[in-house]
Amino acid sequence: MGSSEKILAELADDTPVDLAGAVENSHVFEILDQLDRELIGLNPVKTRIREIAALLLMDRLRKNMNLSAQPPSLHMCFTGNPGTGKTTVAQRMAKILHRLGYVRQGHVVAVTRDDLVGQYIGHTAPKTKEVLKRAMGGVLFIDEAYYLYKPENERDYGAESIEILLQVMENQRDDLVVILAGYKDRMENFFSSNPGMSSRIAHHIDFPDYSTEELMEIAEMMMVNLNYRFDADSAQAFGEYIRLRMQMPHFANARSIRNAIDRMRLRHANRLFERGGEQVTRRDLVTIAAADIRASRVFGEKAAPLMTSPD
Amino acid sequence: MRLTQGQFSFLPDLSDEQITAQIAYGLKQGWALNVEYTDDPHPRNTYWEMWGIPMFDLKDPAGILMEINECRRTYPRHYVRVTAFDSSRGWETPRMSFLVNRPADEPGFGLVRQEGPGRQVRYTVRSYAVDRPEGSRYA
Repeated sequence: MGSSEKILAELADDTPVDLAGAVENSHVFEILDQLDRELIGLNPVKTRIREIAALLLMDRLRKNMNLSAQPPSLHMCFTGNPGTGKTTVAQRMAKILHRLGYVRQGHVVAVTRDDLVGQYIGHTAPKTKEVLKRAMGGVLFIDEAYYLYKPENERDYGAESIEILLQVMENQRDDLVVILAGYKDRMENFFSSNPGMSSRIAHHIDFPDYSTEELMEIAEMMMVNLNYRFDADSAQAFGEYIRLRMQMPHFANARSIRNAIDRMRLRHANRLFERGGEQVTRRDLVTIAAADIRASRVFGEKAAPLMTSPD
Repeated sequence: MRLTQGQFSFLPDLSDEQITAQIAYGLKQGWALNVEYTDDPHPRNTYWEMWGIPMFDLKDPAGILMEINECRRTYPRHYVRVTAFDSSRGWETPRMSFLVNRPADEPGFGLVRQEGPGRQVRYTVRSYAVDRPEGSRYA
Protein backbone atom coordinates (compact mmCIF):
# COMPACT_ATOMS: atom_id res chain seq x y z
CA MET A 1 0.00 0.00 0.00
CA GLY A 2 1.51 3.37 -1.04
CA SER A 3 1.73 6.16 1.47
CA SER A 4 -0.86 8.28 -0.32
CA GLU A 5 -3.34 5.42 -0.30
CA LYS A 6 -2.69 4.96 3.40
CA ILE A 7 -3.50 8.61 4.01
CA LEU A 8 -6.67 8.38 1.97
CA ALA A 9 -7.69 5.33 3.93
CA GLU A 10 -7.24 7.11 7.25
CA LEU A 11 -10.25 9.33 6.76
CA ALA A 12 -13.48 8.11 5.28
CA ASP A 13 -14.58 9.76 2.05
CA ASP A 14 -17.73 11.06 3.65
CA THR A 15 -15.96 12.85 6.50
CA PRO A 16 -17.79 16.16 6.76
CA VAL A 17 -15.81 19.33 6.08
CA ASP A 18 -16.47 22.50 8.03
CA LEU A 19 -16.50 24.84 5.05
CA ALA A 20 -18.64 27.53 6.67
CA GLY A 21 -16.42 27.61 9.73
CA ALA A 22 -13.24 27.90 7.69
CA VAL A 23 -14.71 30.75 5.66
CA GLU A 24 -15.82 32.47 8.84
CA ASN A 25 -12.43 32.07 10.49
CA SER A 26 -10.40 33.46 7.65
CA HIS A 27 -12.53 36.63 7.42
CA VAL A 28 -11.77 36.48 3.74
CA PHE A 29 -15.25 37.47 2.70
CA GLU A 30 -14.92 40.71 4.61
CA ILE A 31 -11.98 41.67 2.44
CA LEU A 32 -13.58 40.42 -0.75
CA ASP A 33 -16.72 42.42 0.00
CA GLN A 34 -14.66 45.45 0.82
CA LEU A 35 -12.91 44.96 -2.50
CA ASP A 36 -16.28 44.85 -4.25
CA ARG A 37 -17.46 47.97 -2.49
CA GLU A 38 -14.39 50.10 -2.76
CA LEU A 39 -13.15 49.17 -6.20
CA ILE A 40 -15.47 50.19 -8.98
CA GLY A 41 -15.56 48.06 -12.13
CA LEU A 42 -12.54 45.77 -12.68
CA ASN A 43 -14.75 42.70 -12.89
CA PRO A 44 -12.19 40.36 -14.45
CA VAL A 45 -9.77 41.30 -11.68
CA LYS A 46 -12.28 40.66 -8.93
CA THR A 47 -13.25 37.32 -10.41
CA ARG A 48 -9.65 36.19 -10.49
CA ILE A 49 -9.01 37.31 -6.91
CA ARG A 50 -12.11 35.43 -5.79
CA GLU A 51 -10.86 32.29 -7.55
CA ILE A 52 -7.44 32.56 -5.92
CA ALA A 53 -9.02 33.11 -2.50
CA ALA A 54 -11.26 30.08 -3.02
CA LEU A 55 -8.35 27.89 -4.05
CA LEU A 56 -6.29 28.87 -1.04
CA LEU A 57 -9.19 28.24 1.29
CA MET A 58 -9.87 24.82 -0.23
CA ASP A 59 -6.19 23.96 0.03
CA ARG A 60 -6.36 24.72 3.70
CA LEU A 61 -9.37 22.43 4.11
CA ARG A 62 -7.67 19.70 2.10
CA LYS A 63 -4.66 19.96 4.37
CA ASN A 64 -6.93 19.40 7.38
CA MET A 65 -8.17 16.25 5.67
CA ASN A 66 -4.60 15.04 5.12
CA LEU A 67 -4.93 15.49 1.37
CA SER A 68 -1.95 16.84 -0.48
CA ALA A 69 -2.10 20.60 -0.74
CA GLN A 70 0.77 21.87 -2.84
CA PRO A 71 0.95 25.60 -2.32
CA PRO A 72 0.12 27.09 -5.71
CA SER A 73 2.46 29.51 -7.42
CA LEU A 74 0.94 32.93 -6.97
CA HIS A 75 3.32 35.19 -8.82
CA MET A 76 1.21 37.59 -10.82
CA CYS A 77 1.41 40.04 -13.63
CA PHE A 78 -0.91 43.05 -13.69
CA THR A 79 -1.23 44.74 -17.04
CA GLY A 80 -3.28 47.80 -17.80
CA ASN A 81 -3.23 51.48 -18.59
CA PRO A 82 -2.14 54.02 -15.99
CA GLY A 83 -4.60 54.71 -13.20
CA THR A 84 -6.53 51.45 -13.51
CA GLY A 85 -5.82 50.43 -9.93
CA LYS A 86 -2.89 48.04 -10.22
CA THR A 87 -1.11 49.27 -7.11
CA THR A 88 -4.32 49.41 -5.09
CA VAL A 89 -5.21 45.85 -6.03
CA ALA A 90 -1.69 44.73 -5.13
CA GLN A 91 -2.17 46.16 -1.64
CA ARG A 92 -5.47 44.32 -1.30
CA MET A 93 -3.98 41.16 -2.66
CA ALA A 94 -1.33 41.23 0.05
CA LYS A 95 -4.03 41.53 2.70
CA ILE A 96 -6.06 38.67 1.25
CA LEU A 97 -3.05 36.39 0.98
CA HIS A 98 -2.13 37.26 4.54
CA ARG A 99 -5.63 36.42 5.80
CA LEU A 100 -5.48 33.09 4.03
CA GLY A 101 -2.09 32.37 5.52
CA TYR A 102 -0.26 32.26 2.21
CA VAL A 103 2.15 35.06 3.14
CA ARG A 104 3.29 35.55 6.70
CA GLN A 105 3.42 39.33 7.10
CA GLY A 106 1.22 40.76 4.36
CA HIS A 107 3.18 43.90 3.61
CA VAL A 108 3.84 45.29 0.13
CA VAL A 109 7.26 46.44 -1.01
CA ALA A 110 6.82 48.54 -4.15
CA VAL A 111 9.93 48.97 -6.26
CA THR A 112 10.97 50.06 -9.74
CA ARG A 113 14.06 49.38 -11.82
CA ASP A 114 16.12 51.88 -9.80
CA ASP A 115 15.72 49.86 -6.61
CA LEU A 116 16.79 46.59 -8.19
CA VAL A 117 19.49 47.37 -10.71
CA GLY A 118 22.90 48.69 -9.68
CA GLN A 119 25.14 51.19 -11.40
CA TYR A 120 28.36 49.25 -11.67
CA ILE A 121 29.58 45.66 -11.83
CA GLY A 122 28.81 43.76 -8.63
CA HIS A 123 26.29 46.31 -7.41
CA THR A 124 23.16 44.67 -8.78
CA ALA A 125 23.14 41.36 -6.93
CA PRO A 126 23.32 42.81 -3.39
CA LYS A 127 20.78 45.48 -4.30
CA THR A 128 18.27 43.03 -5.72
CA LYS A 129 18.83 40.64 -2.84
CA GLU A 130 18.26 43.36 -0.29
CA VAL A 131 14.94 44.24 -1.86
CA LEU A 132 13.96 40.57 -1.97
CA LYS A 133 14.86 40.16 1.69
CA ARG A 134 12.77 43.17 2.62
CA ALA A 135 9.82 41.76 0.67
CA MET A 136 9.97 38.31 2.20
CA GLY A 137 6.83 37.32 4.03
CA GLY A 138 4.90 39.73 1.85
CA VAL A 139 4.40 40.93 -1.69
CA LEU A 140 7.06 42.41 -3.96
CA PHE A 141 5.41 44.80 -6.40
CA ILE A 142 7.62 45.70 -9.36
CA ASP A 143 6.15 48.64 -11.20
CA GLU A 144 6.98 49.04 -14.89
CA ALA A 145 8.87 45.77 -14.78
CA TYR A 146 9.72 45.85 -18.50
CA TYR A 147 12.40 48.47 -17.80
CA LEU A 148 14.38 45.67 -16.11
CA TYR A 149 15.23 44.30 -19.51
CA LYS A 150 16.87 46.58 -22.03
CA PRO A 151 17.51 44.65 -25.22
CA GLU A 152 19.33 47.54 -26.89
CA ASN A 153 22.17 47.30 -24.35
CA GLU A 154 23.48 43.79 -23.89
CA ARG A 155 25.74 44.82 -21.02
CA ASP A 156 22.81 46.21 -19.05
CA TYR A 157 22.71 44.92 -15.48
CA GLY A 158 18.95 44.40 -15.63
CA ALA A 159 19.40 40.85 -16.85
CA GLU A 160 21.38 39.98 -13.73
CA SER A 161 18.57 41.30 -11.60
CA ILE A 162 16.01 39.24 -13.53
CA GLU A 163 18.12 36.13 -12.99
CA ILE A 164 18.19 36.59 -9.21
CA LEU A 165 14.48 37.34 -9.19
CA LEU A 166 13.74 34.16 -11.09
CA GLN A 167 15.85 32.09 -8.77
CA VAL A 168 14.09 33.35 -5.66
CA MET A 169 10.65 33.21 -7.30
CA GLU A 170 11.25 29.54 -7.99
CA ASN A 171 13.04 28.41 -4.81
CA GLN A 172 11.31 30.48 -2.16
CA ARG A 173 7.81 30.40 -3.47
CA ASP A 174 6.25 30.29 -0.02
CA ASP A 175 8.34 33.20 1.24
CA LEU A 176 7.18 35.88 -1.13
CA VAL A 177 4.80 36.69 -3.96
CA VAL A 178 6.08 38.76 -6.86
CA ILE A 179 3.69 40.99 -8.79
CA LEU A 180 4.91 42.61 -11.99
CA ALA A 181 2.96 45.55 -13.34
CA GLY A 182 3.01 47.65 -16.45
CA TYR A 183 1.47 48.53 -19.80
CA LYS A 184 0.11 45.55 -21.61
CA ASP A 185 2.01 45.73 -24.92
CA ARG A 186 5.36 46.43 -23.28
CA MET A 187 4.80 43.67 -20.75
CA GLU A 188 4.11 41.22 -23.56
CA ASN A 189 7.32 42.32 -25.21
CA PHE A 190 9.16 41.80 -21.96
CA PHE A 191 7.77 38.29 -21.55
CA SER A 192 8.57 37.27 -25.09
CA SER A 193 12.21 38.16 -24.51
CA ASN A 194 12.21 36.54 -21.04
CA PRO A 195 10.36 33.25 -21.44
CA GLY A 196 11.62 32.06 -18.04
CA MET A 197 9.80 34.91 -16.38
CA SER A 198 6.60 34.30 -18.28
CA SER A 199 6.41 30.63 -17.40
CA ARG A 200 6.97 31.29 -13.70
CA ILE A 201 4.06 33.67 -13.51
CA ALA A 202 0.82 31.81 -13.15
CA HIS A 203 -1.63 34.66 -13.19
CA HIS A 204 -1.75 37.25 -15.91
CA ILE A 205 -4.46 39.72 -14.98
CA ASP A 206 -5.51 42.47 -17.35
CA PHE A 207 -6.98 45.65 -15.91
CA PRO A 208 -9.56 47.12 -18.31
CA ASP A 209 -10.02 50.86 -18.74
CA TYR A 210 -12.91 52.39 -16.83
CA SER A 211 -16.12 53.45 -18.57
CA THR A 212 -17.55 56.94 -18.13
CA GLU A 213 -20.10 55.70 -15.60
CA GLU A 214 -17.46 53.89 -13.59
CA LEU A 215 -15.28 56.99 -13.53
CA MET A 216 -18.25 59.01 -12.28
CA GLU A 217 -18.78 56.47 -9.49
CA ILE A 218 -15.12 56.62 -8.60
CA ALA A 219 -15.29 60.41 -8.47
CA GLU A 220 -18.30 60.29 -6.18
CA MET A 221 -16.58 57.85 -3.88
CA MET A 222 -13.48 60.03 -3.73
CA MET A 223 -15.66 63.05 -2.97
CA VAL A 224 -17.41 61.22 -0.15
CA ASN A 225 -14.09 60.21 1.35
CA LEU A 226 -12.93 63.83 1.22
CA ASN A 227 -16.25 65.07 2.65
CA TYR A 228 -17.23 67.00 -0.44
CA ARG A 229 -20.29 66.61 -2.62
CA PHE A 230 -21.63 67.62 -6.04
CA ASP A 231 -24.93 69.41 -6.45
CA ALA A 232 -27.15 68.58 -9.41
CA ASP A 233 -25.48 71.12 -11.71
CA SER A 234 -21.95 70.23 -10.82
CA ALA A 235 -22.60 66.49 -11.13
CA GLN A 236 -23.72 67.07 -14.69
CA ALA A 237 -20.75 69.35 -15.35
CA PHE A 238 -18.38 66.71 -14.03
CA GLY A 239 -19.98 64.09 -16.28
CA GLU A 240 -19.25 66.32 -19.25
CA TYR A 241 -15.75 66.92 -17.91
CA ILE A 242 -15.04 63.19 -17.82
CA ARG A 243 -16.26 62.67 -21.37
CA LEU A 244 -14.09 65.51 -22.65
CA ARG A 245 -11.08 64.49 -20.61
CA MET A 246 -11.24 60.91 -21.87
CA GLN A 247 -10.77 62.17 -25.44
CA MET A 248 -7.63 64.02 -24.53
CA PRO A 249 -4.03 62.75 -24.46
CA HIS A 250 -2.41 61.59 -21.22
CA PHE A 251 -5.66 60.38 -19.80
CA ALA A 252 -4.83 58.24 -16.77
CA ASN A 253 -8.21 56.86 -15.66
CA ALA A 254 -8.79 57.14 -11.93
CA ARG A 255 -5.58 59.12 -11.43
CA SER A 256 -6.84 61.87 -13.75
CA ILE A 257 -10.07 61.93 -11.83
CA ARG A 258 -8.21 62.34 -8.57
CA ASN A 259 -6.17 65.19 -10.02
CA ALA A 260 -9.32 66.82 -11.38
CA ILE A 261 -10.89 66.68 -7.95
CA ASP A 262 -7.80 68.25 -6.42
CA ARG A 263 -7.99 71.14 -8.93
CA MET A 264 -11.70 71.53 -8.22
CA ARG A 265 -10.99 71.80 -4.53
CA LEU A 266 -8.44 74.51 -5.21
CA ARG A 267 -10.91 76.51 -7.30
CA HIS A 268 -13.64 75.90 -4.75
CA ALA A 269 -11.45 77.16 -1.91
CA ASN A 270 -10.39 80.18 -3.91
CA ARG A 271 -13.98 81.04 -4.83
CA LEU A 272 -15.01 81.03 -1.18
CA PHE A 273 -11.89 82.93 -0.21
CA GLU A 274 -12.66 85.72 -2.63
CA ARG A 275 -16.13 86.17 -1.30
CA GLY A 276 -14.38 87.80 1.61
CA GLY A 277 -16.66 88.95 4.41
CA GLU A 278 -19.81 87.23 3.16
CA GLN A 279 -21.51 84.59 5.24
CA VAL A 280 -20.23 81.10 4.38
CA THR A 281 -22.22 78.09 5.54
CA ARG A 282 -21.26 74.51 6.13
CA ARG A 283 -23.02 73.66 2.90
CA ASP A 284 -20.74 76.02 1.00
CA LEU A 285 -17.73 74.28 2.45
CA VAL A 286 -18.77 70.85 1.23
CA THR A 287 -20.48 71.62 -2.07
CA ILE A 288 -18.50 71.83 -5.28
CA ALA A 289 -20.35 74.18 -7.66
CA ALA A 290 -20.60 73.78 -11.42
CA ALA A 291 -18.48 76.91 -11.80
CA ASP A 292 -15.54 75.18 -10.09
CA ILE A 293 -15.64 72.46 -12.71
CA ARG A 294 -16.39 74.53 -15.77
CA ALA A 295 -13.39 76.77 -15.08
CA SER A 296 -11.20 73.81 -16.10
CA ARG A 297 -9.06 74.13 -19.18
CA VAL A 298 -10.65 70.97 -20.52
CA PHE A 299 -13.77 72.89 -21.47
CA GLY A 300 -11.76 75.41 -23.51
CA GLU A 301 -9.84 72.61 -25.20
CA LYS A 302 -11.62 72.65 -28.54
CA ALA A 303 -10.22 76.12 -29.28
CA ALA A 304 -6.57 75.44 -28.50
CA PRO A 305 -5.27 71.92 -27.84
CA LEU A 306 -2.69 71.81 -25.09
CA MET A 307 0.49 69.79 -25.16
CA THR A 308 0.69 69.18 -21.44
CA SER A 309 -1.70 67.11 -19.37
CA PRO A 310 -4.70 69.34 -18.65
CA ASP A 311 -6.49 68.62 -15.43
CA MET B 1 35.91 20.93 22.84
CA ARG B 2 32.59 22.58 22.14
CA LEU B 3 32.78 26.34 21.89
CA THR B 4 30.33 28.09 24.20
CA GLN B 5 29.80 31.70 23.19
CA GLY B 6 26.69 33.85 23.13
CA GLN B 7 23.17 32.71 23.80
CA PHE B 8 22.01 29.07 23.76
CA SER B 9 25.58 27.79 23.46
CA PHE B 10 25.17 25.25 26.26
CA LEU B 11 22.16 23.82 24.45
CA PRO B 12 22.31 21.48 21.48
CA ASP B 13 22.79 23.36 18.19
CA LEU B 14 19.66 25.24 17.14
CA SER B 15 17.64 23.84 14.27
CA ASP B 16 16.71 26.15 11.39
CA GLU B 17 13.22 26.34 12.79
CA GLN B 18 14.52 27.46 16.19
CA ILE B 19 16.85 29.97 14.55
CA THR B 20 13.90 31.36 12.58
CA ALA B 21 11.91 31.76 15.79
CA GLN B 22 14.78 33.62 17.48
CA ILE B 23 15.21 35.91 14.48
CA ALA B 24 11.48 36.56 14.40
CA TYR B 25 11.72 37.66 18.03
CA GLY B 26 14.58 40.05 17.20
CA LEU B 27 12.70 41.50 14.24
CA LYS B 28 9.62 42.00 16.38
CA GLN B 29 11.72 44.09 18.78
CA GLY B 30 12.85 46.23 15.84
CA TRP B 31 16.50 45.16 15.95
CA ALA B 32 18.76 44.97 12.89
CA LEU B 33 20.09 41.48 12.36
CA ASN B 34 23.51 40.72 11.11
CA VAL B 35 25.44 37.60 10.10
CA GLU B 36 29.13 37.31 11.03
CA TYR B 37 31.78 34.62 10.68
CA THR B 38 35.27 33.89 11.93
CA ASP B 39 37.79 31.10 12.27
CA ASP B 40 39.43 32.56 15.38
CA PRO B 41 37.25 31.47 18.29
CA HIS B 42 39.14 33.29 21.07
CA PRO B 43 36.59 34.72 23.52
CA ARG B 44 38.19 38.17 23.28
CA ASN B 45 37.89 38.17 19.49
CA THR B 46 34.89 40.51 19.43
CA TYR B 47 35.06 41.74 15.87
CA TRP B 48 34.11 38.95 13.51
CA GLU B 49 34.00 39.35 9.73
CA MET B 50 30.66 40.68 8.52
CA TRP B 51 28.67 38.68 6.00
CA GLY B 52 27.28 41.60 4.02
CA ILE B 53 25.82 44.64 5.68
CA PRO B 54 23.42 44.47 8.65
CA MET B 55 19.88 43.81 7.48
CA PHE B 56 17.63 46.76 8.23
CA ASP B 57 13.91 47.12 7.51
CA LEU B 58 13.22 43.41 7.26
CA LYS B 59 9.83 42.06 8.27
CA ASP B 60 10.31 38.34 7.91
CA PRO B 61 13.02 35.92 9.07
CA ALA B 62 13.17 34.11 5.71
CA GLY B 63 15.54 36.69 4.24
CA ILE B 64 17.99 36.36 7.12
CA LEU B 65 17.86 32.58 7.04
CA MET B 66 18.70 32.81 3.34
CA GLU B 67 21.86 34.81 4.20
CA ILE B 68 22.77 32.40 7.01
CA ASN B 69 22.53 29.47 4.65
CA GLU B 70 24.60 31.25 2.05
CA CYS B 71 27.26 32.05 4.64
CA ARG B 72 27.24 28.41 5.83
CA ARG B 73 27.68 27.24 2.25
CA THR B 74 30.63 29.56 1.69
CA TYR B 75 32.29 28.92 5.10
CA PRO B 76 31.17 25.45 6.18
CA ARG B 77 34.13 25.14 8.55
CA HIS B 78 33.91 28.54 10.21
CA TYR B 79 31.97 29.78 13.20
CA VAL B 80 28.92 31.75 12.06
CA ARG B 81 26.85 33.83 14.44
CA VAL B 82 23.79 36.02 14.22
CA THR B 83 23.69 39.27 16.15
CA ALA B 84 20.74 41.60 16.66
CA PHE B 85 21.59 45.26 17.09
CA ASP B 86 19.32 47.54 19.08
CA SER B 87 19.74 51.11 17.85
CA SER B 88 17.39 52.70 20.37
CA ARG B 89 18.89 55.39 22.59
CA GLY B 90 20.35 54.11 25.80
CA TRP B 91 21.04 50.66 24.31
CA GLU B 92 22.90 51.10 21.02
CA THR B 93 24.40 47.67 21.39
CA PRO B 94 23.87 44.08 20.26
CA ARG B 95 20.99 42.60 22.20
CA MET B 96 21.25 39.05 20.89
CA SER B 97 24.14 36.97 19.66
CA PHE B 98 24.14 33.26 18.99
CA LEU B 99 26.09 30.70 16.99
CA VAL B 100 24.41 29.14 13.98
CA ASN B 101 27.34 27.19 12.55
CA ARG B 102 30.46 25.59 13.97
CA PRO B 103 33.28 23.50 12.50
CA ALA B 104 32.88 19.74 12.70
CA ASP B 105 36.06 19.38 14.71
CA GLU B 106 36.84 21.93 17.42
CA PRO B 107 40.33 21.43 18.90
CA GLY B 108 39.72 23.66 21.92
CA PHE B 109 42.09 25.92 23.85
CA GLY B 110 45.48 25.49 25.44
CA LEU B 111 46.64 27.31 28.57
CA VAL B 112 49.74 29.43 27.93
CA ARG B 113 51.98 30.40 30.86
CA GLN B 114 54.33 33.38 30.76
CA GLU B 115 57.16 33.95 33.23
CA GLY B 116 56.96 37.49 34.61
CA PRO B 117 59.30 39.53 36.75
CA GLY B 118 60.03 37.82 40.06
CA ARG B 119 58.36 34.45 39.99
CA GLN B 120 55.08 35.93 38.69
CA VAL B 121 53.20 33.81 36.16
CA ARG B 122 50.73 35.24 33.66
CA TYR B 123 48.14 32.97 32.12
CA THR B 124 46.28 33.21 28.84
CA VAL B 125 44.37 30.88 26.56
CA ARG B 126 45.12 30.20 22.94
CA SER B 127 43.03 28.25 20.50
CA TYR B 128 44.84 25.30 18.95
CA ALA B 129 43.07 26.23 15.73
CA VAL B 130 45.04 29.46 15.34
CA ASP B 131 48.33 27.58 14.99
CA ARG B 132 47.55 27.52 11.33
CA PRO B 133 47.13 30.71 9.26
CA GLU B 134 43.76 32.34 8.78
CA GLY B 135 41.54 30.58 6.23
CA SER B 136 43.23 27.18 6.59
CA ARG B 137 42.17 26.55 10.19
CA TYR B 138 39.60 23.78 10.67
CA ALA B 139 40.52 22.51 7.19
